[in-house]
Amino acid sequence: MSVLLIAEHNNKELRPFTLNAATAASHIDNDVHAVIIGHNCEEAAKALSKLEFIKKVIQVEAAYYENFVAENFAPVIVKLADNYSHIISSANTFGKNLMPRIAAALDTSQISDITKVIAPDTFLRPIYAGNAFATVKSKDAKKCVTIRPTSFDACESTGGSASIEKAEASEEFSKTKFVKREEVKSDRPELGTARVVVSGGRGMQSGDNFKLITSLADKLNAAIGASRAAVDAGYISNDHQVGQTGKVVVPDLYIAVGISGAIQHLAGMKESKVIVAINKDGEAPIFSVADYGLEADLFEAVPQFLEELNKLNTIQK
Amino acid sequence: MKILVAVKRVIDYNVQIRVKEDNSGVVTDNVKMSTNPPDDNAIEEAVKIKEAGKATEVVAVSIGEEKAQETVRKALAVGADRGILVKTEGVVEPLSVSKLLQKIVEKEKPDLVFMGKQAIDDDCNQTGQMLSALLNWPQATFASKIEIKDGKLEVTREIDEGLETIEINVPAIVTCDLRLNEPRYASLPNIMKAKKKPIEQLNASDLGVDISPRIEQIKVEEPPKRKAGIKVSSVSELVQKLKNEAKVI
Repeated sequence: MSVLLIAEHNNKELRPFTLNAATAASHIDNDVHAVIIGHNCEEAAKALSKLEFIKKVIQVEAAYYENFVAENFAPVIVKLADNYSHIISSANTFGKNLMPRIAAALDTSQISDITKVIAPDTFLRPIYAGNAFATVKSKDAKKCVTIRPTSFDACESTGGSASIEKAEASEEFSKTKFVKREEVKSDRPELGTARVVVSGGRGMQSGDNFKLITSLADKLNAAIGASRAAVDAGYISNDHQVGQTGKVVVPDLYIAVGISGAIQHLAGMKESKVIVAINKDGEAPIFSVADYGLEADLFEAVPQFLEELNKLNTIQK
Repeated sequence: MKILVAVKRVIDYNVQIRVKEDNSGVVTDNVKMSTNPPDDNAIEEAVKIKEAGKATEVVAVSIGEEKAQETVRKALAVGADRGILVKTEGVVEPLSVSKLLQKIVEKEKPDLVFMGKQAIDDDCNQTGQMLSALLNWPQATFASKIEIKDGKLEVTREIDEGLETIEINVPAIVTCDLRLNEPRYASLPNIMKAKKKPIEQLNASDLGVDISPRIEQIKVEEPPKRKAGIKVSSVSELVQKLKNEAKVI
């Protein structure tokens, strides 16, 4: 049977991890359909129909789908589920919020945050903050799976020509009302997909000092990350948190500045290709995962780093 | 208003876990166990709401082996009024946990159910959402702020893009983020008092729920080890290595 991918979007555009989830879905079966639930989401539905791997798009529209309330989305998917062996979404806050609601309604034991499809019923997933990996096999007839986006390549956004079908909306769930969303707008690369990430930790000592991180990120065309300690201390907003309960990033280059490297933080970044750690405590656990460790006072090292980069002038964009 | 708080006993967050040699799981013998960290936030929030005069009773429930009683006892020591332990053996998947919690909710009739957003052992992040689906209640996941307003809750949720605020009717489920509050430590007198608070013990089989696993754990392995790195002595050496050796800038 076919695989149903739940598209994530903002009613105008697809959110980037939809492309990674499409790839993961294609590892399970060739016949991947995608459902897009939203309000005036024509453009996003069209973009979805052009993705590599997608054979059919199902578009479901209603005003109350505008803000992605899981209580409204779940019944739509449950109604479609009869025709599918697998339901797939990303294991980001969108999919984490939604998928268990679907799985419970289908009486299926969900498999969260997979990093590999071993067989259509067998998956690899990290447990204990990535300090162990479990190979798990689902015995349920229908499988609800969320995928770790950074473990699957984004599919091509062109080349597909799926048909777009409309399906009926489900009843509105009136006991949950969306109030507002405060998104942090930025011209920087997205943390989850950036080629370079510069992260600051408790060692930054203040929100003001985070300017050093910003300058370095500007220079490297990087996204800005942070440890939980830095977010808790109010140095930077929550959407920058990297770690077990924040975001998982796998950039080509991860620069950890003033981050000690608690296992909960390492869980979110230790798969990065090249890791740099700048910390004045030579015993900090971050050095155990760093390819290049610099034991130094960050308030001296980061300005020097900027100077050296200025000399190079060959930063890859 | 009555608040039910679900708490899970897990390997302490500071422990570096080890995979068993036969790859059947992780070593739990003689390992320090604690309350799942965001469950501490869930208890704290419930107790704060009660202290503010907006709740009349806080009930802590745990599902797990006999020793999970310690986790319930800790919740009682920080201010929960009474406890429930549903005894189970072996792995209990989030779907089963939510079915057991559903039975407890039907019996206890709480107005709110709080729990951590994720357990730090299996990292599933499912139970709260599943319970709300089974009860057809509203869900507010990843909560970093909760305000009670005329029988409704206004909840700020941490999402990938920033923050989202939703308003939900009671009864409802809230899953708590670590930033929701600062959990208190239990004082010695309160630990002593907690010993006298009642904990009702039930067996999962008494609740008439099939909790047999649907997922077979084939093996558990260590993650691939990173190649040992080097220490550089200066920023210019670092930049040279990044440019010429790693070729990432």
